[in-house]
Amino acid sequence: MKLILTEEEQFLKDTATNFANERSPINHFRSLRDSNDPILWDKNLWNEMSKLGWPGIMIPEEFGGSNFGLSGICVVLQECAKTLTPSPLFATGVLGAYSINTYGTQEQKEMYLPAIVNGKLTTSLAVDEASHHNPFQTEFIAKKQKDNYILSGKKTFVIDGASSDLIIVLARTSGSRGDSTGLTLFVVNADQDGINKIKLDMADSRNYANITFDNVTVSSDAILGDLETAGETIDDILDIGRIAISAEMLGNAEAAFDTTLDYLKQRKQFGVLIGSFQALQHRAAEMFCEIELTKSSVMAAMRAADERSNDLQRLSSLAKTVSGETLHLVSNEAIQMHGGIGVTDEYDIGFFLKRARVAEQIFGSSKFHTERYANLSGF
Amino acid sequence: MTDLNKFREDTKKWLDKNCPPSMRNGADPKIPVDEVWGGRNAVYKNPESKIWLERMGEKGWTMPTVPKEYGGGGLTKDEVKILNEEMFFIGAKQPLLSFGIWMLAPVLLEYGTEEQKKLHIPKIIKGEIRWCQGYSEPGSGSDLASLSTKAEDIGESFLVNGQKVWTSYADKADWIFALVRTGPKEPKHDGISFLLIDMASKGVSTKPITLISGKSPFCETFFDNVEVPKENLIGELNAGWTIAKKLLQHERAFISNFGLAAGMGSKRDVVSIAKKHLGEEDGKIKNTFYRSEISSHKIKEHAFGLTLKRAGDEGGKASATASMFKLYGTEHNKKRHELMVAASGVNGVAWDGDEFEDSDKNLTRAWLRTKGNSIEGGTSEVQLNVISKRVLGLPSQ
Repeated sequence: MKLILTEEEQFLKDTATNFANERSPINHFRSLRDSNDPILWDKNLWNEMSKLGWPGIMIPEEFGGSNFGLSGICVVLQECAKTLTPSPLFATGVLGAYSINTYGTQEQKEMYLPAIVNGKLTTSLAVDEASHHNPFQTEFIAKKQKDNYILSGKKTFVIDGASSDLIIVLARTSGSRGDSTGLTLFVVNADQDGINKIKLDMADSRNYANITFDNVTVSSDAILGDLETAGETIDDILDIGRIAISAEMLGNAEAAFDTTLDYLKQRKQFGVLIGSFQALQHRAAEMFCEIELTKSSVMAAMRAADERSNDLQRLSSLAKTVSGETLHLVSNEAIQMHGGIGVTDEYDIGFFLKRARVAEQIFGSSKFHTERYANLSGF
Repeated sequence: MTDLNKFREDTKKWLDKNCPPSMRNGADPKIPVDEVWGGRNAVYKNPESKIWLERMGEKGWTMPTVPKEYGGGGLTKDEVKILNEEMFFIGAKQPLLSFGIWMLAPVLLEYGTEEQKKLHIPKIIKGEIRWCQGYSEPGSGSDLASLSTKAEDIGESFLVNGQKVWTSYADKADWIFALVRTGPKEPKHDGISFLLIDMASKGVSTKPITLISGKSPFCETFFDNVEVPKENLIGELNAGWTIAKKLLQHERAFISNFGLAAGMGSKRDVVSIAKKHLGEEDGKIKNTFYRSEISSHKIKEHAFGLTLKRAGDEGGKASATASMFKLYGTEHNKKRHELMVAASGVNGVAWDGDEFEDSDKNLTRAWLRTKGNSIEGGTSEVQLNVISKRVLGLPSQ
């Protein structure tokens, strides 16, 4: 496991850096936020990303993808996160593509993967039902009726849930709340009768929804993976998602830090640059170190995912914890070091703070993963 | 068979024949263990420690990458990897701990004359001469370049007068590499030279310093009209600061390994200490407050280890990040010891006597010793300054 980028990954990264700077600088995000756009990402931009092949990075060549794995898409997500680029790349290109490609039947793969590759199909993953991430607390019910299943319940905080074409939903086919067994994943068309999407307004102005299912009928062909194996598969899918969101959070932290560092080298008070004050220098140096640790953690985790390492779960929790804590620190310090303009809406740095706190909650906070790390390490 | 496979076979055979039983896995625990630093006055509780050092020194394998003409092993990087692996497989002990190996020899290779390299490096490799470091002075700690120990040109030799402090094991060392002021009128960084001094010279004396841990690994070293031959000057006159900085990087790289529990081969583990003193339930540390703090620490340590690995994989960037590793390595080591002490309860602050186990008393001493880690070799604050200025490019006032 080498902790350096391959040539292909470096190429993807450079392409993504240019794309983010030229096609979606932070103003792109700002204007979406200020518009009344219900989707909060731009369809034209998504078409451009699709033409670059990004939704298919994790999809095998036989379905039109490029098969660069989680590492490939992580470097793209990291770069796009530097300008806060909103897009379905995480929910569709990572969560949708990975779960269908890894656990889907041949029919499901043929039906969905090529459509994901060409940017025509977007997906969402509906897991949680309360304010804190906890997949095994699922109460959402799938009741068998002859050859069909009847889905009922409410899912919360579904990323891209306000607009996705396809919902991958975690349901209980037996057992009760808290059990890790009796769970099954279903792939459901979002426009089916009985599905109601309630758009959420979150601090980071991105696309989320609560989704209610009121006796939605699906056939047993809609099951993703085998019946009642989702206790394990959902954890695997979530681990892939946790690593990808960690890469995004690393990109957020790097950008917030670089912006702050520039400011320290421009802003004068008391007749000198504020970056010459040791009180600020030491805090900047500490942030630099935390970001370096985060880079290594994210890279080790994405490599572990692509190599199917035995240590994947632990490294996923490591990456989510470290990136969460680093981004938490950097987003706070960035505001403080910017002084008054840091708390104005006109200035961009506040976007990073709002994004940070939402991203910290996605698929488990640092606290959740610190506990999980201890469990997985045998103490 | 490829050359590397043949090297592996030969190495395996050589180790099998030459690594004494008490120097490898399965050693009789009743045989005393030496901390081998070599030197003229070395004493060995176990004669096999001496045999192992002599055999490894003869092969040049205490510094395996150094060319054979200087007494090294002359091995390639791939061969060194194989040697390390084969030593690891049989649990072979490191034959020699040495400031000569860690700090002096690398700068001699870079800055020394051919004669100086041939004179000093083989003795370092064989462990015949034990070196100590004369950098800090009572008035020059973090501001090292303000040092005032002076070396006057008196023709054939320098006349050295002054005092060094925090010289590790000066009372046991044979030679010292020291920074001295040779240009009193030059700007402070431009009047310093790097000088090698025989501790047996007339006018050199040492006095141990007792630390808060109760131990005395450091000394004060005094120079009173000490005559030092001119051929002991390394590099140009008044150009010692460059060498000093280079050597500090080697030192920082070495100290940063302290941050990893495995780095020092430490047998102390915060998890087993916590389970022992705080109880265990279903394999988990019973007290959830300690458990979460320990997990947070383990995560940081893991991330730090991965960062050392990444720096290795990237290659060549070590000098820019040496300060970061020194800072984190030592701060993590302090934190780990604080956690072990806290998790041990009152046993973690045991000092002496038969009511406590040796492991408790040793932990107390080790914990106190870690407080020096973030001071020696450049304080944590100095490392933060270096990162701010050299890595981040923040302005000076």
